[in-house]
Amino acid sequence: MPQDGTQAAGAAGQQPRITLVDVSLRDGSHAVGHQFTSDQVARVAAALDRARVPVFEVSHGDGLGGSSLQYGFSREPDMEWLRAAVQNAPNTRVSVLLLPGIGTRRELRQAVELGATVARIATHCTEADIAPQHIALAREMGMTVCGFLMMAHMLPPAELARQARIMEDAGAHVVYVVDSAGALLVEEARERVQALRDALQCEVGFHGHNNLGLGVANTIAALEAGATWLDGSLCGLGAGAGNTQLEVLAAVLDRMGIDTGVDVYGVMDAAEEVVKPILPRPIVIDRDALVIGYAGVYSSFLLHARRAAERFGVEARDILMELGRRRTVGGQEDQIIQVAYELAQRSGARTGP
Amino acid sequence: MAVGVGILGSGNIGTDLMYKVLRNPHLHLRMLAGIDPASEGLARARALGVPTSTAGIDAILADPEIRIVFDATSAHAHLKHAPLLKEAGKLAIDLTPASVGPPVVPAIPRPEDAWPDNISMATCGAQATVPIVYAIGRAAAVDYAEIVATIASKSAGPGTRQNIDEFTVATARALERVGGAARGKAIIILNPAEPPIMMTNTIYALVPSVDEKELAGSVEAMVQEIQRYVPGYRLKVPPLVADAPGGDGRLVTVMLEVEGAGDFLPRYAGNLDIMTAAAVRVAEQLAASGRAAA
Repeated sequence: MPQDGTQAAGAAGQQPRITLVDVSLRDGSHAVGHQFTSDQVARVAAALDRARVPVFEVSHGDGLGGSSLQYGFSREPDMEWLRAAVQNAPNTRVSVLLLPGIGTRRELRQAVELGATVARIATHCTEADIAPQHIALAREMGMTVCGFLMMAHMLPPAELARQARIMEDAGAHVVYVVDSAGALLVEEARERVQALRDALQCEVGFHGHNNLGLGVANTIAALEAGATWLDGSLCGLGAGAGNTQLEVLAAVLDRMGIDTGVDVYGVMDAAEEVVKPILPRPIVIDRDALVIGYAGVYSSFLLHARRAAERFGVEARDILMELGRRRTVGGQEDQIIQVAYELAQRSGARTGP
Repeated sequence: MAVGVGILGSGNIGTDLMYKVLRNPHLHLRMLAGIDPASEGLARARALGVPTSTAGIDAILADPEIRIVFDATSAHAHLKHAPLLKEAGKLAIDLTPASVGPPVVPAIPRPEDAWPDNISMATCGAQATVPIVYAIGRAAAVDYAEIVATIASKSAGPGTRQNIDEFTVATARALERVGGAARGKAIIILNPAEPPIMMTNTIYALVPSVDEKELAGSVEAMVQEIQRYVPGYRLKVPPLVADAPGGDGRLVTVMLEVEGAGDFLPRYAGNLDIMTAAAVRVAEQLAASGRAAA
């Protein structure tokens, strides 16, 4: 078991076995086109702190350094969001996300200076060996480190566990099964978490999306298979049809008699009073979000595909299905433009402004 | 007369370089030097009649006829090799991520007398995208250039995987220093799909305004220039021009694919092929410039 950090999240003396992690201010960044203001971040952070959520994450949706033409420019630099979050959440540990290939160790160092104490290092599920540099640095700086294996539906359980071992060996305290596409069925989520649980000494986490309506169900299956770090977001604010809805998960866990240390009314209030008013659109499973789960493509492709559909005069659903057929991975937002362009060429539609 | 060259490193890159150098009438391959006696690359060289050594850099330094040295070892090793090669008066073409010398992209014209004695090939992403940024820059001022290089997982060796920050940083720097962008950013993505995908690159540029016809012509001319040494370099999406996000200025998007020549490396590894092909092209330019005769 790791010595530093992963169990330090509870109230004095109390050591909740389950660590709930809120990702409203990171995965939710996708849903708002990375347009959070520091003021919004401050209010959400304070509400999460009041609700005694032990860890929450703040970053561009594609992690530190994600602000780009490829993924969308942030309204404000990540570091401004991080500063606002840390200042308004004295009792909560603040996490940052980093995708090697997009962000670098430089941004990770800046985040630590601003008070981030948890780092989640994310790779496509087959590419864990691009993360050790970043995992090692995060550990060296005293952070709690989570390895984040994205698009976990694309790899069978045993192979996923082998990738997880690379992250554990590099120093991760927790390794996550990340259902970035919201494509895992309940049994598939369970098998993957179980495979990691069997293969690793460290803790196992689960990050779900709700594209097939299975966010909470998959998270509970993951819990039953041994996951102890569980992600969710307020009102489900996140990419695609959103994440596992945190306030719902907290209530379900409470009904199951599992003490997470989180104030169930507190997260309900945070969702209803702080996040709901800033939702740009209802986080629901509409046609395109469902297709993302059905085709198994990266949830943050949703809004990009809609924009490309409009620009090139094609259907978002056709773009998303084709991206699934091409086995695109997270971060390949440029392929959306290429696919839309090619569909438009083929159908003789206009080729965009 | 052909210029004497040596290759340091007998791995995949060194071996692929060997085939390209052997084909080139301006270059004479005098040695492939490695350190592993069991290396497949050395065995292939011997079979082709190329002199080999397992003494690494020492063997290269011992041959005064070698004027140009391709270093296809590792960044760590090149940091040791660079001063030794300089002292011996040899020109180094560095294919590692060491970035000792300035980055050079052979498709971009440079003054004859401006050749440094250590040339960095930067990264595969830089070799594929910097020329396009330069070409966009001939038609408009590039305030910001951002590139996304997507490569097949199988073509990313341990060097790339363990130095992924160095890749993005070196590529961004080349976009600025060689491509002429005021600001550069680079993203690299590994895709494990089977069969392996070709290297694909997306170039985004923010410009104040641009003549679309001039832009298309400039990019097309650059693609043809690169095809002279990388035949599998192809435009997938010609320059698209749209309003920049936020509404200020224009956003140019170009997408291309790089298929390798398949000399030694598989065809999908266009990312590796463009490095070796560009390195050989630079050696050819050095030979033509007379710089290598010094």
